[in-house]
Amino acid sequence: MINAHGIGKVFNADQPNEFIALTDVSVAIHLNEVTILKGPSGSGKTTLLGIIGCMARPTTGRIVLGEREMTSLPERFLTSIRRQTFGFIFQQFNLIKGLTALENVMIPAYPLGEKHSLLRERALEIMALFNLAHRADARIEWLSGGEAQRVAIARALINDPPFIIADEPTAHLDTKLSREFMAIMRRLKENGKTIVLASHDPIVYDSDLAEQVIEMCDGRVLSTGRNGRQAGLTLFA
Amino acid sequence: MHRHSTHFFSCMAALMLAASTLCVHGLLVSQWAGPSLAQKSALVRTLRLTDLCLFTEASYTRHSSMADLSTPFQDSPCAFEHFPSGSLLAPPRHLSGVHPSRMTVTKNDR
Amino acid sequence: MTGNFERQRSIIDFTIASLLRRKGKNGALLVVYTLIIFLLSSVIFFTHALKREAAQVLQEAPEIIVQRTLTGRYQPIPLSYAARIREIRGVVSVRPRLWGYYYDGNFLANYTFVIPDEFPPPVGSVIIGSGIAKLREASPGDIIGFTGYDGKPQSYRVKEVLAEQSQLLSADLILISESDYRALSGIPADLTTDLVLKVRNRKEFATIAEKITKLLPDTRPIIRNEILRTYDAIFSWRSGIVIVIFSSAALAFVIFAWDKATGLSAEERKEIGILKAVGWESSDVLLMKFWEGLVISLSAFLLGTVLGYIHVFIGSSILFVPVLKGWSTLYPEFKLVPFVDFGHLAAIFALTVVPYTITTIIPSWRVATMDPDSVLR
Repeated sequence: MINAHGIGKVFNADQPNEFIALTDVSVAIHLNEVTILKGPSGSGKTTLLGIIGCMARPTTGRIVLGEREMTSLPERFLTSIRRQTFGFIFQQFNLIKGLTALENVMIPAYPLGEKHSLLRERALEIMALFNLAHRADARIEWLSGGEAQRVAIARALINDPPFIIADEPTAHLDTKLSREFMAIMRRLKENGKTIVLASHDPIVYDSDLAEQVIEMCDGRVLSTGRNGRQAGLTLFA
Repeated sequence: MHRHSTHFFSCMAALMLAASTLCVHGLLVSQWAGPSLAQKSALVRTLRLTDLCLFTEASYTRHSSMADLSTPFQDSPCAFEHFPSGSLLAPPRHLSGVHPSRMTVTKNDR
Repeated sequence: MTGNFERQRSIIDFTIASLLRRKGKNGALLVVYTLIIFLLSSVIFFTHALKREAAQVLQEAPEIIVQRTLTGRYQPIPLSYAARIREIRGVVSVRPRLWGYYYDGNFLANYTFVIPDEFPPPVGSVIIGSGIAKLREASPGDIIGFTGYDGKPQSYRVKEVLAEQSQLLSADLILISESDYRALSGIPADLTTDLVLKVRNRKEFATIAEKITKLLPDTRPIIRNEILRTYDAIFSWRSGIVIVIFSSAALAFVIFAWDKATGLSAEERKEIGILKAVGWESSDVLLMKFWEGLVISLSAFLLGTVLGYIHVFIGSSILFVPVLKGWSTLYPEFKLVPFVDFGHLAAIFALTVVPYTITTIIPSWRVATMDPDSVLR
């Protein structure tokens, strides 16, 4: 599991444009569960996701992944943990333009030195799971929004990480595609993945998939609810 | 299978091959040039030559080893350059034979 | 081992795929870069081969030549000087060398008349260089005419044309007998152009030259080493001119490459952020940038030098001809022996490939070591 204790994050510290994104946030992410960070934009969800996923360091507080204290690790270890542990699905997808869907899916595995033919086979298998096999050689900019997101999901899965982190995954999708996304998440959960989603879309946070819903506002945790019973355990910071 | 690195490696291999072919070419041709170089050396020896015939514009370019700093004033009509800047200027038109006045003179002669 | 190789290969795959996205820009860069290296290597191949050939062939040049200066110019030297120089210890022989220039107004060309010391052509005939033969369309048996010092036309039968392969030495030569040349040029019988010395010991060249200037202050001795050195230097400034022209192009390229390599665009920055976010290490990103620099510069280097070699040694330096022939109408074809200096090639490599690759890596360094979150923000 992942434990975050008293996380604070300040951007541009001691400068006129100083901005406090998170204040004293403590959350626990349990294995093989779906955790949802809920809250309006600007509530600090994205920043918290970044810190949980080792993409950024907190200004204060500690992150413990399993038994390991992450906050003090040097960048190099953080990268390798990020690669092995987390699959990210960004709000803007962050796919690399000009490359094919298949290449984008394979990118996270490139530095691992896996045999190319095996990697390619694996990538195509994952893409087939998401009904993308026929789009493997299409460039990213030729894909529809739903296809692009499925490519982003496939990319997040290529290194078979135990955690999947998605930031506002349904922000660019219509209702039908949003439901499809949730169905994919359900499948991943059934396969044993731990999922953390940040969203202010009811399709996501009202889903019966969520074991834990953490409500955030202005960089603080308003409430943490388990098994769909929102605000069951309320913590006012 | 289509891989960019495969294309890159084959391009590099092809260029390396071309480069080594040319190296072999260079070695062979410079070896074969032995007799022709010997013949040139013989010409230098028998005619007591001092210079290569590279630039025939002026004495100091034709026989540059025979020239010294005081020679720029003893050169032929088309001689113009001594310093690098000379190479960037054309000779004056009245010397180059395409000058209009000279053309008319030639016509009158005929 | 295979893991590392696959890693390198996969990163090369990615690098080339991302280079291919900006086909136009990177293609133009490669073309310009190749062209620069082509020009640079052509100049270096050409000058080196010419220097080597000059050094080798002119090894046989006269040991010491004595000229006479009068009123600050070279003047024919009295034959009587020869006897006085021969008295210097260490001088084995002093032979007069008679030669001179001739300006052909009809063809705007300068010829060099040379009187061979041994086996001169019979009176009334000449042996001409291949350049003159081409210019005046003369072949053996033809009559060729010149205007004498007194304005009278003189004609000679062409006995022979010198071999074309020696044209780098002899394109403009006319070999003629002494009596014919004296009649044509009007040089008095007691004068000759300069004197050629043979010396017993090559270590004494300098001391003998010194003795000559002391004995005959109006003379100027030229030692063979000075001849050889001239050819080492003259190509430096000759090639220097080419380099002046070339350097303006190179400078433009440097600005272009600088802009390309150092200015990390917002898009490239974001890409590095994405790569880091999906699990690339800083070293993977830098490796990718290293290959990006190397793919371009190594291709340009190999292509440029191969083309340069073909240009100089197979294409007779056809692009340099306008520069080399200058204003002269009589010039040799530059069919050079392909002497290649690998040290020079290594220098081109070090001056182009290495800095280019480094300027590609350096700007990404900072971004590559940042947290992906702050890059993507």
